[in-house]
Amino acid sequence: MKKNESYEEFVKGIWRDNPVFVQVLGMCPMLAVTNSAINAIAMGMASMFVLVGSSFLVSLFRHVIPKQVRISCFIIIIATFVTIADYTLLALVPAVHKELGAFIPLIVANCLILGRQEAFASRYPTRLAVMDALGMAGGFMLALFSLGAVREILGDGALFGFRLFGENFEPWIVMILPPGGFLTLGVILLFFNWFKYKKDEFLADVAEAERSGS
Amino acid sequence: MSTDTLKQPAAPSSLRLVMTLAIAGLVSGVAIIGIYESTLPTITANKARELREAVFKVLPGVSRMQALVYRDGRIVAVPEPQKDEPVVYGGYDEQSDFVGYAMPAAGPGFQDTIALLYGYLPGKKQVVGMEILESRETPGLGDKIYKDAEFVAEFSALSIEPEIVAVKKGTSTQPNHVDAITGATISAKAVVRIINETHAAWAEQLPAPGSEPPLTGEPADNGTGQ
Repeated sequence: MKKNESYEEFVKGIWRDNPVFVQVLGMCPMLAVTNSAINAIAMGMASMFVLVGSSFLVSLFRHVIPKQVRISCFIIIIATFVTIADYTLLALVPAVHKELGAFIPLIVANCLILGRQEAFASRYPTRLAVMDALGMAGGFMLALFSLGAVREILGDGALFGFRLFGENFEPWIVMILPPGGFLTLGVILLFFNWFKYKKDEFLADVAEAERSGS
Repeated sequence: MSTDTLKQPAAPSSLRLVMTLAIAGLVSGVAIIGIYESTLPTITANKARELREAVFKVLPGVSRMQALVYRDGRIVAVPEPQKDEPVVYGGYDEQSDFVGYAMPAAGPGFQDTIALLYGYLPGKKQVVGMEILESRETPGLGDKIYKDAEFVAEFSALSIEPEIVAVKKGTSTQPNHVDAITGATISAKAVVRIINETHAAWAEQLPAPGSEPPLTGEPADNGTGQ
């Protein structure tokens, strides 16, 4: 039972409540840094570190932090983790840090992260909060990666920098420019909504069949 | 949703609120200082290595370098240039003979400042290499100023007098002509303009060819760190 519960918290972020495709949160980094798969992964990892770290601390101290100052405390905790991520990336992978630029410090303003603290981590035990954070961050990374991969393949003819097509491939440059981000995100959201619509329709059909059958 | 929420005993005192924030701020501050202090050496070393690699790249045949600044009317070698002081790097070969200058330059590009380094041989009045250090030019278009090998190669034996001129791709005829990039004309012209401006700014200050300051002190040498 307990195991199922944390599994459920983990999985909901990946698919059913995916922060990008379903909740449509974190759009700024989503559109800004997904012009290549590697940038998307780096952004996803940094966000995951911040989200999991913050959720853990917020959940741990949820009985200590008075609710009048909780948002300020959440922001202090988030900002500290963001700074740690920022300097660590700068020291270890300066090239990636250069590409992501201002969007690393801006993780602090990602409403996905503050949203999870307020909606989940501050109300649930630490184990569940960490599972929820891992799931949400995993879903966020999945979304970043799918956008980044599509845009890099179409816009640059490569994935993770490896050329996929021959010399004659003419890169579809608009895909790595900002409009490409909107186009790709629009198509993916369209797919998700179509999928949800079909599923609801199917469930309604099943319910109908059961009713007429009994 | 079931919650074991933030149930507080009614209205905590202001002191408690203040103390909570103060402690959170203190812990956070200590954590940030800790991470800053522990990553600073690596970050500084990375930057120094990047600069050295760039200098060796834009000045072929150079294996040692030193920082040069303009003080009291002449160019002198300094171990550590002051912050915000304009600096150029002198490149020297194995025999410690002067080869050329690596000139840091920066100026507005299409989107943001482009910072670059170019190698300059004062004897031949030639640019012999160019490396973009920082730019936010449009991916796929403007970023060709460093991703397009043909464009970068334009700067490998380029006459800088009277000045560099960017011309439409394929029409370069003179030794001071650079083929611009189709679709990234603004970025390509910005690179040329930045080099011309920096050259003009230093022209008066650099000593006559042949009287460059010799390599001094501990050579800031071949990759073993400074």
